[in-house]
Amino acid sequence: MAGFSPAENRQTKKQDGVILEVRNLKKHFFLTSSIIVQKLVGLIKAVDGVSFSIRRGETLGLVGESGCGKTTTGRCILQLDRPTSGEVIFEGKNLAQMPGAELRLVRPKIQVIFQDPFSSLNPRMTIGQIVGEGPSVFRLVKNRRELKERVANLLSVVGLNPSMGSRYPHELSGGQRQRVGIARAVSMEARFIICDEPVSALDVSIQAQIINLLEELQERLGLTYLFIAHDLSVVRHISDRVAVMYLGKIVEITDRQELYDNPLHPYTRALLSAVPIPDPAVEINRAPIILKGEIPSPLNPPAGCAFHPRCFDARDECRREVPELREIQPNHWVSCW
Amino acid sequence: MLLEVRNLKTQFFTPEGVVRAVDGISFDVGEGETVALVGESGCGKSVSALSIMRLIPDPPGRIVGGQITFRGQDLCQVDMETMRRIRGKEIAMVFQEPMTSLNPVLTIGLQLTEALEMHLNMRAMEAQKRCLEFLRLVGIPDPQRRLSQYPHQFSGGMRQRVMIAMALICEPRLILADEPTTALDVTIQAQILELLKNTCRRLHVAIIIITHNLGVVARYADRVNVMYAGKIIESGFSRDIYGTPKHPYTLGLLRSVPRLDQPRKAKLDPIEGQPPDLADLPPGCSFGVRCKYAEEKCAQEVPSLREVGERHWSACWVADRLNKGARGKP
Repeated sequence: MAGFSPAENRQTKKQDGVILEVRNLKKHFFLTSSIIVQKLVGLIKAVDGVSFSIRRGETLGLVGESGCGKTTTGRCILQLDRPTSGEVIFEGKNLAQMPGAELRLVRPKIQVIFQDPFSSLNPRMTIGQIVGEGPSVFRLVKNRRELKERVANLLSVVGLNPSMGSRYPHELSGGQRQRVGIARAVSMEARFIICDEPVSALDVSIQAQIINLLEELQERLGLTYLFIAHDLSVVRHISDRVAVMYLGKIVEITDRQELYDNPLHPYTRALLSAVPIPDPAVEINRAPIILKGEIPSPLNPPAGCAFHPRCFDARDECRREVPELREIQPNHWVSCW
Repeated sequence: MLLEVRNLKTQFFTPEGVVRAVDGISFDVGEGETVALVGESGCGKSVSALSIMRLIPDPPGRIVGGQITFRGQDLCQVDMETMRRIRGKEIAMVFQEPMTSLNPVLTIGLQLTEALEMHLNMRAMEAQKRCLEFLRLVGIPDPQRRLSQYPHQFSGGMRQRVMIAMALICEPRLILADEPTTALDVTIQAQILELLKNTCRRLHVAIIIITHNLGVVARYADRVNVMYAGKIIESGFSRDIYGTPKHPYTLGLLRSVPRLDQPRKAKLDPIEGQPPDLADLPPGCSFGVRCKYAEEKCAQEVPSLREVGERHWSACWVADRLNKGARGKP
C-alpha cells in the first residue's frame, strides 16, 4: 500500500502502527439538470481512486492546486462527505460504510482544523463555549468546574490567555481565532487531526507562530496530522511525507526530502520549480518550468493521464492509458509512464 | 528617475479615529526597473499604490502630504482631468481580483478598446487589430473568438492575462501590480509572473510589484521596499535586503518563512505579537514592541531612514547591531 513500509528508517519517536488507511477512495459528484426530472448532465470525479496510509505520530502532507481533490479527500475521511466508493480504515474500522450511530462514537477521535478562522467559529458563542462544546456534549468532564478548568487549560496550551474564554470571535485577530480552532481540535483528546489549509488565510509572521504551535502540540500530545495545503513550502516544512494530487489522483508520494531532491513526476517538478524561494542568490540559478495551458476542469478531464496536455514529457501511451501508482524507488511512488 | 515618491502621507478619517495608512514614505522607480513594496496586511502597500494612481476614495481617505513626481510632474497637484489622461495611458494598474476589476457585463473586446479609444484616439478597425495583437502577446489562444466573450467565460489565470493586456495596451511607462497572482494557483502564478516579467522587459516598462510573498520578490524584484505600519522601514537592492537585512522586522520575516530548499525540518523563528493598530500607533518605532533588539531610544523617537550600505537604507536605531543574515543565529 502506498507509503506503508515496515522496514523504514524513521525517527524513533514515531510509534509504529498505521492509524489511517485510505484505499481506492472515490468521491463523485453527480450534476443533474432540472428539479422535476433529474437528468445526469455531468460527473465530477473529485477524488478518483486515492490510496495512502498514515502512521501514528506522522504528518502526511497533501498538496495540489485547485480542483485536485485534496479538500474533498479530507472531508471523505471525516465523513463530512460520504465516499462514493473505497475504504477509510481508521484504527482498524472502515468508516466509509459505518452507520451514523456507530460513527458518532468515532468522531471525537478524528478532529479538523479549518482554513478560514473567520467562518469556522460560531460568532454567537464565546471562545469558552466553542472550546468546551465537544467535551461537554461527549461528557468528557464530570461537572461545570472541570469543564472550566479544561477550557482554561486548552486555551493556555495554544498560547491564549484563559481570560479570553469570555470573549467572542470577532474580538480576536485571525491568528488568535486559528489558535481557538486548534484548541477546539485538541479538546476531544483526538490523536488524529486533519488540518485543512490552517495557515493560508494568515499573515506571514502569524503563519510561523501557528506552524510552530502545531508542531509543538504534535510532539507534546503525540498527534498524527494530515496536512492539506497548496503552499508547498509550508507543507514540506511540516510534513514527514508528501502526497501530490492532480485532478483527483495522487501522482506522487514519498518523504519530504526525496520529494525535493528527486521529484519524478513531471507535475511535481513543475510545481516545485514554480515555488519561488525567498533568496535572490538561490533564485538567480533557478529556471522555472513554465507549464503550458490551464488546469483542466474536473468536469472534462483529459483522456489517459490527466496531466498529459500540459506535460513537457508526454508520450503516446500518456494519451491513451491512465498510469497507475507504482513504487519506482524504495518508498517513492509515482503514477507516470 | 521615472517616479519619485517623497514623504507621501495618506490618511483615512473614520469615526474611530484617523488611520495613518501611509505615514510618510519615499522611494524611487527607474525606467524599466522592477521595484517591490513588500509587507503584511495593513502595512499600507496597497494604499500607497492607490495613492499614486489617485484612486483613494474621498471621503473617507485623502492624501494629506508629500509629492509623487512622475516624469517631472507632481501627481498630487494635477487636476482630475489630467490624472485621467495619465491613468491607463502612462501608469496602469493590475489588481488582485480579476473578477471584480473586470466589468462583468461588457465583453473583453469592449473593455480593451475603451482604453484605446480614450487614450490613443483609435478607430474601431485599428483598435481591434491592436487588441488581437495584445491578447496574443499575453498568451491567450484563439483571440478573435475571445474578444466577444465575457469575463466569466475565462478562468482566473486567463482573466489576469486580460488584465495585463489591458494594462499594457496603451504602452504605459509604469505598471502597478497589486498582488497580481495571490488568488491564483502556483503553476498559473509562475506563468503570469514570467509573462509580466518578459513583456515588461521587452517593452521597457517599469513595474511596482506589491505583495506579501517574499519568494516572488526574490525572484522578480531589482529593488525592495519593506513596509510596516505605514512606513518604509528598509529599502535596498534585493540581494542586500535578503543577504544582509538591516532591520529587525525584515530579519524576522525572513526567519519566519518556511523555505522549499530547507534541508530538514528546522524550527521557524516567528515574530511574536501582533501588528499595531494604525489608528493608535505607539510612540517611537512602531515595531519596537515586537522587536528583539529594542532599546530605550526605540520607544521614544521614531527612527528615520539612514544609509546602512550602498543605496541601502534602514529606519532603525539598532541597525548596526544586525550583522547576521537571515540564516545566521540571532
